[in-house]
Amino acid sequence: MLRFILNPYILKRLVSAVPVLLGISVIVFAIMALIPGDPATAILGSYATPENVAALNEDLGLDKPLVQQYFIWLGNMLQGDFGRSFALNRPVLDEVLERFNATLILAGTSFVLCSILGIIAGVVSAANQYGWADKAITFVVLLGISIPSFFLGMMMILTFAVNLRWFPASGMWPIYGSRDIWALIDHLAMPALALSVVATGVIARLSRSAMLEVLRQDFIRTARAKGVHERGVVWRHALRAAMVSIIPVLGVQAGFVLSGAVYIEVVFQWPGLGRMLVDAILRRDILLVQGGVVFVAACYVFFNIVVDVAQSYLDPRIKT
Amino acid sequence: MSFLSLLARNRLALAGLIVIGLVVLLALLTPWLPLKPPNVTDTSNRFQPIFSDGALLGTDHLGRDLLSRLMWGTRLSLAVGFAAALVAATLGAAIGIVAGYYGGRTDNIIMRGVDMLMAFPYILLALAIVAALGPGLLNALIAVAAVNIPFFARNIRGITVGIAHKEFVDAARLSGMSNTRIILSEILPNVIPVIVIAMSTTVGWMILETAGLSFLGLGSQPPVADLGSMLGEARSALITNPHTSVVPGVMILIIVMAINLLGDGVRDALDPRLKSGALNRPLPATMVARDHQPAPAQAEGILTLSDLQTQFHVKNKVYRAVGGVSLSVKPGECLGIIGESGSGKSVTALSVMGLVASPPGVIAGGSVRYQDQELIGAPYGTLRSLRGREVAYIFQDPLATLHPLYRVGDQLIEAIKCHRPIGRADGRRKAIELLEAVRIPNASARVDDYPHEMSGGMRQRIGIAMALANDPEVIIADEPTTALDVTVQAQVLSLLDDLRRERGLAIVFITHDFGVVAQLCDRVAVMYAGRIVEEGATRAILDAPRHPYTARLMACVPELGGGKRRLEAIPGLPPVVSDLPEGCAFAERCTRVRGDCRKGEIPLENGVRCLHPVTYQEAPA
Ligand code: SF4
Repeated sequence: MLRFILNPYILKRLVSAVPVLLGISVIVFAIMALIPGDPATAILGSYATPENVAALNEDLGLDKPLVQQYFIWLGNMLQGDFGRSFALNRPVLDEVLERFNATLILAGTSFVLCSILGIIAGVVSAANQYGWADKAITFVVLLGISIPSFFLGMMMILTFAVNLRWFPASGMWPIYGSRDIWALIDHLAMPALALSVVATGVIARLSRSAMLEVLRQDFIRTARAKGVHERGVVWRHALRAAMVSIIPVLGVQAGFVLSGAVYIEVVFQWPGLGRMLVDAILRRDILLVQGGVVFVAACYVFFNIVVDVAQSYLDPRIKT
Repeated sequence: MSFLSLLARNRLALAGLIVIGLVVLLALLTPWLPLKPPNVTDTSNRFQPIFSDGALLGTDHLGRDLLSRLMWGTRLSLAVGFAAALVAATLGAAIGIVAGYYGGRTDNIIMRGVDMLMAFPYILLALAIVAALGPGLLNALIAVAAVNIPFFARNIRGITVGIAHKEFVDAARLSGMSNTRIILSEILPNVIPVIVIAMSTTVGWMILETAGLSFLGLGSQPPVADLGSMLGEARSALITNPHTSVVPGVMILIIVMAINLLGDGVRDALDPRLKSGALNRPLPATMVARDHQPAPAQAEGILTLSDLQTQFHVKNKVYRAVGGVSLSVKPGECLGIIGESGSGKSVTALSVMGLVASPPGVIAGGSVRYQDQELIGAPYGTLRSLRGREVAYIFQDPLATLHPLYRVGDQLIEAIKCHRPIGRADGRRKAIELLEAVRIPNASARVDDYPHEMSGGMRQRIGIAMALANDPEVIIADEPTTALDVTVQAQVLSLLDDLRRERGLAIVFITHDFGVVAQLCDRVAVMYAGRIVEEGATRAILDAPRHPYTARLMACVPELGGGKRRLEAIPGLPPVVSDLPEGCAFAERCTRVRGDCRKGEIPLENGVRCLHPVTYQEAPA
């Protein structure tokens, strides 16, 4: 484990994440500093009592200069103190961590789903260029990237939950009954699928063109000349080479899946971070928004490091 | 103009254009259409179904006319989406131009900021902005525009950097123009097309995003509704009255799909690679389109080609790359095929096992016979099982022809595994044996190398080892020494020669170098414009070339590796094979040409396709 972290390439990427994380905190802080009017009252919103306002002023040093305020805020966060949600009356970090679990399950499943489906669709499409499979996939992909995910989710509820009664319409767990893996899968199936549709489309498109690019190259002809079966040519030779340009796309799409989760969580009443953020905004629970945004952004930055490292293992030509 | 006609030829893009045009037109006309007021509630008429009296699309939960709300909502959604795109494009372009034009530290600082913003999942930024400014359509617009600024800034900066170092910008700077004027008069006009294209590909996205924020209740506030908030309000009645959700949802789908179709069309029309059709994937085996089954070739050798014709069909043109070639090679024999690049020698070789890229390649006639097996038109399964096992290839430029991401040992083992099962340990042992057979030092370590870790000569040996993996009967070597320096070239050639003697291989050796032919080949065929112009024993042709073209080729390359690598020393160019002249294809460049050379078909007689061959006594021209 230690040797893995001390690998110079990974170390370099980890170090390079520090300024990005600092930058993110500055941006979030700056946006929040834009809030017009008295900051403490704006942050606490309608739930504020005079004691709360006084406590917050004390906490954030809102009477101090902005730069100093930033460092107090940053210092608190580094110590795991993201402030308190006055609407929920609990520490921001507790709420965020609890919600994060649900989002991770939803977005993670969707991400795996869209990666696998997207790549398979792209490869099949490219391997049968201009054939009926290619045309069908191209059409479905176009539909998939054009349909708003929240509308798709609603239509899925209507069809599969209300009319066909295959899946529960909302939530993460049954109200009664045991919270086992099957109950989770039952609740997860529709939102995870709805969330993965757009990203699947984008990944399928890019995989298709990456595959077409690779299939024309000389080493593909070599594989054929060796007598490699066409299945092997496509899935072993071409896809392996195309992965080098597909992996970065997956990294970008992870951000889109995370973003789309906000809508899907609202539509399917999934108890995740996205729904928490929307509720917090509508309640003007600013500290919760701030904490949630910084937390998710930090997770995303680390996810991207993982993608880069995966890339370096996939392509031996990148010096690690 | 050609751009528009290209777009028009793409029927899907045209359909998208028509649909989005109609929607925009209707949205513009909405205030003058005979619609009910969109925000007047009528609680006695709640949830009227579609096609009910006086409400074509029914009514919503407050009894408001859905058709009217749809039109006004569409108008609002389009306006907000376009406005967001415009704002993002303007600010993004401004930032990108400043960064790209000034360069240096300005550029560095700005682009770091842009990268930082791009490290966010976009919705977090949008939500943070809406959280700070408060819910509302204008704030949603600002948020959506803001998250898209980095995208534009990055694109436009790239273009600007390219332009900022062009001569006309330098000239403007020297003439004392101010930076502002240069940016406005020299830079801006050049980046505007890029801005427009970037906008056309993102506007659908922005419409979707603003609709999304409204859907969440963070955008337009009641009673005014865009498509997103219509959908959001209808959600609570999804189960009882689904049509109130379906109407705005389908509208968003139609708009975004039309814009996407149009955007794809624009991109395709602007992408030059797609225009030429170069992004076609080659099929597993070259297409065969022979109008008649030829008489089976007389099987003189182990591999016999007769009247082989391979063409490239590009657009409406037919390039006859191989125009009726007959050849034969016996076990243990080495046959050289020599000619300039474009003479059809490589295509001839690739046609044997159906490896000509197809499309555009088509085998249009003739026959190739391996032992008693006809290869042209053979089913893919037959062809595949012969490839590499009976007839193996060695290609030019092994850096491109070896898979870059697999270890060379694994690529060798795979070659074996294609034709017979072999265990891990056995495979590895065999791979090392093969590397030793092609005289790679330290083979047991080299077997784990990637191709990019080896030298050019080493890689070429890997290519040869791979061809030998299954002990084939025939090896077709397509210019395998071209990329190598002279010493390595000589080593590779002598290696091939040894292998031929030891294993009784038949070798077809394709080259443009007479020196190589002299060293290795028993017989040689000279190709020009897709046909064989002279054929015979190497010694005889080297001593007394009879076709004027052969004579000229030899004059160009005095000895092995020492002379011209390419044969440009012959004045003139080979004819384009889509438009061959009547008579002798070499006539344009021939010094011996006479009137009758340009008439009728010239046959290959006594090994030469020429009416006035160089005779014995004459010195080669
Ligand atoms: S046929 Fe005539 S033109 Fe052609 S090579 Fe012979 S002499 Fe030259």
